[in-house]
Amino acid sequence: MPVITMREALNQAMREEMRRDASVFLLGEEVGQYQGAYKITQGLLQEFGEWRVRDTPIAEEAIAGIAVGAAFAGMRPIAEMMTFNFSLLALDQIVNHAAKYRYMSGGQIRCPMVMRGPSGAAAQVAAQHSQAFESWYAYVPGLVVASPSTPRDAKGLLKSAIRDDNPVIFLENEVLYNLKGEVPQEEYTIPLGQGEVKRPGTDVTLVAWSRSLQFALQAAELLAAEGVQAEVVDPRTLRPLDEDVIFDSVRRTNRCVVVEEGWRYAGFGAEIADRVQRECFDSLDAPILRVTAADVPMPYSRMLEKAYLPQPEKVVQAVHQVLYR
Amino acid sequence: MNRDEALARHRSMLLIRRFEERCAQMYVEGKIGGFLHLYIGQEAVAVGAMSLLRPDDYFITSYRDHGYALARGTDPRPLMAELFGRAAGISRGKGGSMHFYDLPAGNFGGDGIVGGHLPVAAGMGYSIRLRGTDQVVLCFFGDGAVNEGAFHEALNVSALWKLPVVFIIENNRYGMGTSLDRASSVRDLYQRGSAYGIPRQDVNGMELLAVREALSEAIERARKEKRPTLVEMETYRYRGHSMSDPGKYRTKEEVEEMMHHDPIQLFAEVLKKAHGVDPAELESIDKDVQAQVAEAVRFAEQSPWPSADSLYEDVYVRSPYIHYPAADKDPAWRAATSHDRVPESYPAWQPAPAPAKVEG
Repeated sequence: MPVITMREALNQAMREEMRRDASVFLLGEEVGQYQGAYKITQGLLQEFGEWRVRDTPIAEEAIAGIAVGAAFAGMRPIAEMMTFNFSLLALDQIVNHAAKYRYMSGGQIRCPMVMRGPSGAAAQVAAQHSQAFESWYAYVPGLVVASPSTPRDAKGLLKSAIRDDNPVIFLENEVLYNLKGEVPQEEYTIPLGQGEVKRPGTDVTLVAWSRSLQFALQAAELLAAEGVQAEVVDPRTLRPLDEDVIFDSVRRTNRCVVVEEGWRYAGFGAEIADRVQRECFDSLDAPILRVTAADVPMPYSRMLEKAYLPQPEKVVQAVHQVLYR
Repeated sequence: MNRDEALARHRSMLLIRRFEERCAQMYVEGKIGGFLHLYIGQEAVAVGAMSLLRPDDYFITSYRDHGYALARGTDPRPLMAELFGRAAGISRGKGGSMHFYDLPAGNFGGDGIVGGHLPVAAGMGYSIRLRGTDQVVLCFFGDGAVNEGAFHEALNVSALWKLPVVFIIENNRYGMGTSLDRASSVRDLYQRGSAYGIPRQDVNGMELLAVREALSEAIERARKEKRPTLVEMETYRYRGHSMSDPGKYRTKEEVEEMMHHDPIQLFAEVLKKAHGVDPAELESIDKDVQAQVAEAVRFAEQSPWPSADSLYEDVYVRSPYIHYPAADKDPAWRAATSHDRVPESYPAWQPAPAPAKVEG
């Protein structure tokens, strides 16, 4: 199986879907001539031309609104946010328009669009350019929210997101763009809402997605060295959420730690903890713990940034707690 | 416009007026809830605009949206039922006054966020350019919307990429209770088009013929040249911003003065002078329109309430790319359909026959 980067996987997904369906088009800041701020859209302008790969002004509400309007009128837009930090300027279009028109119209309208781009911490870009957005978007009924952690998942999920008839928020992570992994040569999709066990184990369930999966996998390695077998579960999609893959694991391990890059306060891990305590109450041998970012804006300094983020060592500590070690 | 067309335009304006007068009554009686923003006084804009659209054109509007749907020919019965929150409502009782949609008629509906639908209109225009058809988009909004960032973003890209969208400001002089001169640095809102290098025009929005003349030019420009236009319709709403607004920010004299320029009365004069329509004919149209509105109220009252199950319907589309064993634990996914709903059709209203001409 070819080994490629997350960046190449995302590019392949868009290229294949744009070849497959003429109603798919891409718009965003620097997606065309500049070849993408993070080079995710490299080569697409040359193949598909300026109407299907549209460089936009720096105008996030217009980017999102154009995607919404074009989707209402039958197209399948992919709106790239240079980073999801700037999607706050487009939030009204997503929350009040993309997510609600089907409902408000009594089912007359659909909004088959994707908004994608990097979310989460980058490297030393400080508070306004480093935040995790899954909790913001997963909160909203009418949206689908996916957040892949591997190149294979990224390609399969993005292809599903483009073909799906609902508005999909597709949260990538800048730090993962160079992550390499095996990606099938042949055509495939991964359904939205299907989780996956990324590492089997017996002693504790670590739930993690996107970049936090890396923290969880590294923690699992550290734990294995001390004889603890952690199972790492990746929901891959946060709305809809594959509860069963999490519940099945917790019922076997009897312990659960959620690792997330976002803030603790009203964060997505709280949603998982709520569901697990309700459905797996009798299986739990310890309280569910959450390893999250610190509840402060992201600092600039490298040392403070490390202290802010969930780290493998913090995950190990939490696992020790639920194992009463 | 021939005589029949002119009478149809008159009837359409009158239908909006009588429909909304009944809406106000129904609101006071507690039959209609929430926000109710009446369009009374502005009828010439919606009717003039809709009289120029092709069946395959699109439009999207602000939340003061009853007039556009009626002018486009949407049946008043499901519209009144929507206001009553009933199952037979055009939006199945989920939208209410601010959210009338009728997709088969190209009506992408009422948007409740001031200025929020302007970028959406640009996106509908972008879809037309991608498909290469000669459809157009009309985008209606109030004077309040021009101060939103969305207005600027939408006009800029529409001009930049040549999108076939006509942006129509209905300047009724007040954004809720704030008068234009307290909200906008320029009084002539159409001049804002100059910032984007787009054609712009100032129109007396109380005169149906003026509305039609200006918009037919703008629509033609969008259809043929793919260029947007900014049109300012100077108009006036007789009622408050919504039913809860007593309108204390303007004088009684001002309102009365504007009522002397009533769009329906002004056009009635045209009907009399240019088409020889007599008062009896106008009277009979009014009676018929009132009967049609009464029928809409009867229909709404008899329509059942939405079922509790419908609460979860219409959130998602059921597509093959979702993992249903997981998604279907959520009632909104279980209730999702793969098809879109089309508003129900009812037998068309039959206007009463015109009274026989009395000779003499």
